[in-house]
Amino acid sequence: MSIIYFLIGCSVLLAVIFLAAFLWAQKSGQNDDLYTPSMRILLEDDVNEPINIISKDIETSAKK
Amino acid sequence: MQTASIEKTTCYHCGDDCLTPDFFVEEKQFCCFGCKSVFEVLSESKLCNYYSYNEHPGVNRAHNDKRFDYLKEPDIVNELIDYKDDNISIVTFYIPQIHCSSCLWLLEQLNKMNPAIHYGRVDFLKKQLNVRFNYHQLNLQQLVELLYNIGYEPVISLQDIIKKQNAPAKDNLVQKIAVAGFCFGNVMLLSFPEYFGISVYEQTFKHFFGWINILFALPVVFYSGWGYFTSAWQNLRIKVLNIDFPLALGIAVLFIRSVVEVAINNDPGFTDTLCGLVFFLLIGKFIQKKTYYHISFERDYRSFFPVAVNVITNDVEKPLPLSQLQTGQRIIIRHNEIIPADAILLKGNAMVDFSFVTGESIPVNKTWGEIIYAGGRQTGEAIELEVVKSVSQSYLTQLWNNEAFTRQKDGGGKTFNEKVSKYFSIVLLAIAFGSLLFWLPFNAGRGLAAFTAVLIVACPCALALSTPFTMAAALSVFDRNLFYLKNTRVVEHMAAINTIVMDKTGTITNGDNTNTELHGNFTAFQKQLIYSTCVNSIHPLSRMICDHLGEQKRLPVNSYIELAGRGIIASIGNHQLKIGNSSLVFGHDMESPHITAIYIEIDGSNPGYITIKHNYRNGMGNVAALNPVYDMYLLSGDQDHEKKDLLQFFKKPERLLFNQSPQGKLDFIQSLQEGGKKVMMIGDGLNDSGALKQSDLGIAVTDNVNNFSPGSDAIMDGRSFYKLPSFLRFSKDTVNIIHLSFAISLTYNLIGLSYAVSGRLSPLIAAILMPLSTVTIISFTTLATHFAAKKRNLL
Repeated sequence: MSIIYFLIGCSVLLAVIFLAAFLWAQKSGQNDDLYTPSMRILLEDDVNEPINIISKDIETSAKK
Repeated sequence: MQTASIEKTTCYHCGDDCLTPDFFVEEKQFCCFGCKSVFEVLSESKLCNYYSYNEHPGVNRAHNDKRFDYLKEPDIVNELIDYKDDNISIVTFYIPQIHCSSCLWLLEQLNKMNPAIHYGRVDFLKKQLNVRFNYHQLNLQQLVELLYNIGYEPVISLQDIIKKQNAPAKDNLVQKIAVAGFCFGNVMLLSFPEYFGISVYEQTFKHFFGWINILFALPVVFYSGWGYFTSAWQNLRIKVLNIDFPLALGIAVLFIRSVVEVAINNDPGFTDTLCGLVFFLLIGKFIQKKTYYHISFERDYRSFFPVAVNVITNDVEKPLPLSQLQTGQRIIIRHNEIIPADAILLKGNAMVDFSFVTGESIPVNKTWGEIIYAGGRQTGEAIELEVVKSVSQSYLTQLWNNEAFTRQKDGGGKTFNEKVSKYFSIVLLAIAFGSLLFWLPFNAGRGLAAFTAVLIVACPCALALSTPFTMAAALSVFDRNLFYLKNTRVVEHMAAINTIVMDKTGTITNGDNTNTELHGNFTAFQKQLIYSTCVNSIHPLSRMICDHLGEQKRLPVNSYIELAGRGIIASIGNHQLKIGNSSLVFGHDMESPHITAIYIEIDGSNPGYITIKHNYRNGMGNVAALNPVYDMYLLSGDQDHEKKDLLQFFKKPERLLFNQSPQGKLDFIQSLQEGGKKVMMIGDGLNDSGALKQSDLGIAVTDNVNNFSPGSDAIMDGRSFYKLPSFLRFSKDTVNIIHLSFAISLTYNLIGLSYAVSGRLSPLIAAILMPLSTVTIISFTTLATHFAAKKRNLL
């Protein structure tokens, strides 16, 4: 049953790594703004031509 | 085809109706030059995707002409920027216009518009833009002008509360919770074998688990829970027993006894209870902290006043930071600018809107040589003034020198928790020492065990959690109803209120507050006669009549007499006019209580009358129905023209106070408080600031929470004004819930104590009792608050 010592060591080590990762994320400000990235991801990357999301919406709603 | 016709009439940029077809570019219609120029700037930079993400993403900017010359001053620039080195500057702007994904997209494309900008990053909830730029190629003024040109004018104020408020909290609460949670989880895991029993062959594990648990408890006590020790100690030094004292005692006893148990008795100890306790307590602390990123409760006149003012020295105009403004200097104030200090008018035609200072919404005409008080907003042409008082000593701003603003506002309302915890601590210590003394003669070890067990079991975890959880739930209910409270204490203060004082303009009235109607048949000529008479008067009713009749040709008036409180007698050409109340026109009183009627007599005949109805905020009747339970007062800086209309709400004439100065308002609240009243003040302008601060609960009413509102305990959206009675009842429910949950946590304590005094507290019972009571309290408070809110129709 001495394997328990080793296993507990492993589990604690793993947990400490997660804790450290969280503390690092917190300290480097990754949790400061939890809302804006969710909007940013929906925006298109560089396209030179204006994309026409809204007019398409209007067309489809007009057809209906 | 319908969509096309709609698109033709609304502005492509802001969505307002287009009144003229003059502003037309690339088959797109705009409502004004401002909107059109924003579009042009964007299309030049190929940033028209802005219009793809949302329909009409822009904010109307028809009437704006701002000058940013003062941003050249190095003093001001240094105050505003966050960081500066040899090449780059980083600055954070507060931009209230940020409202949709298009805003976000455009502001993060700033680097495409000007290569000197490295990046722009938006924090959407805080409505902030963080810009990093090369200040050799682009100075701050140009950056702000660029933002202004694309329709996002930052709010620049030296008293940047928003930024300060959003600075990350220094107490590292989240980190502490993370550490406590980590230790709690691991300790629980390692304690399970103990709960289920360890066989005789595996006793070495028991020792191992015990020590490893102690190891985990170390950071919990000395990092996560350390705040309780310092707080308890600080309070003891000022001879206050607050709730942190029994908590700190509990944590200390738990830790010491666990070490002793593990080291000497080879027993498991109470580390699981200890870690759970600290973890839950910190969670309670965390949820109690509600932050509204975009709302500030601490604003004073400095966030309303401009950063700088243009001073004329030797015929040269130069911007000067407001703090350096001295008496005797000549300043120039343009259209829509605010006069920052009491000053004498030297040049120009001053039409000053004092709505922020006095509550009076109609601009006042000031003539040469008159003193104009600070806080007025000039409308019309540019004027020149000489400063007679420094900014902080002016009529309005000296209000902030009052002691009401320097004193910490905590009197008038110890929370229930604070009141109880004092007695709780005393009783707890009495029981602990009692059981120690009881056992000591027979069995010293058992006495000590009983003593520590009492302190462990009676540790007021549930008590400490009941207030934060109830209040956090209550706050989110208020929040849903567009009523934003500064902190959780405000709820308890609200429950104790018995007197309500209201401001008039902007608080119970909003914007366009009158409804003028003509009754009878008036010919066009008669209208012209009425207009020509009323236009001479500055009485608000005359102005409303003129507004209603619209611009007419003025006829020359031969004679004109204005009788105060009655009306006007005038002759125009060979026509005789009487315009006024019934006693003037008919010679007897026939007033109706709910409506203001103006009777008209032209050449002895009565063509009809004009009624003016004041529109008060939706639900003013509801609020007035609070009257027998709460004493209601009206405190207005305005003239008493509406006295009759307001009487229906406030019942007694002596409860209506008009012509109040900002200082007078503060003094009135103070006099009520000296009479033992708990006063709630509801106001909106800078002139109410003193009263809001002095009152036990100051509520600022605003139609847009991002706009300026004076410092207060709570900010209410005008649309929720009618819910005020529900809010008051709900706050009382909330306090009742806290009392009930206190009773529940006491019951748990009593159960635990019955084990503890006998000195036979097993770690298992402690480990079950503590989370059980916590979970009960959390679920009870959350559910009860939810039901109370349902009952008051707030959900």
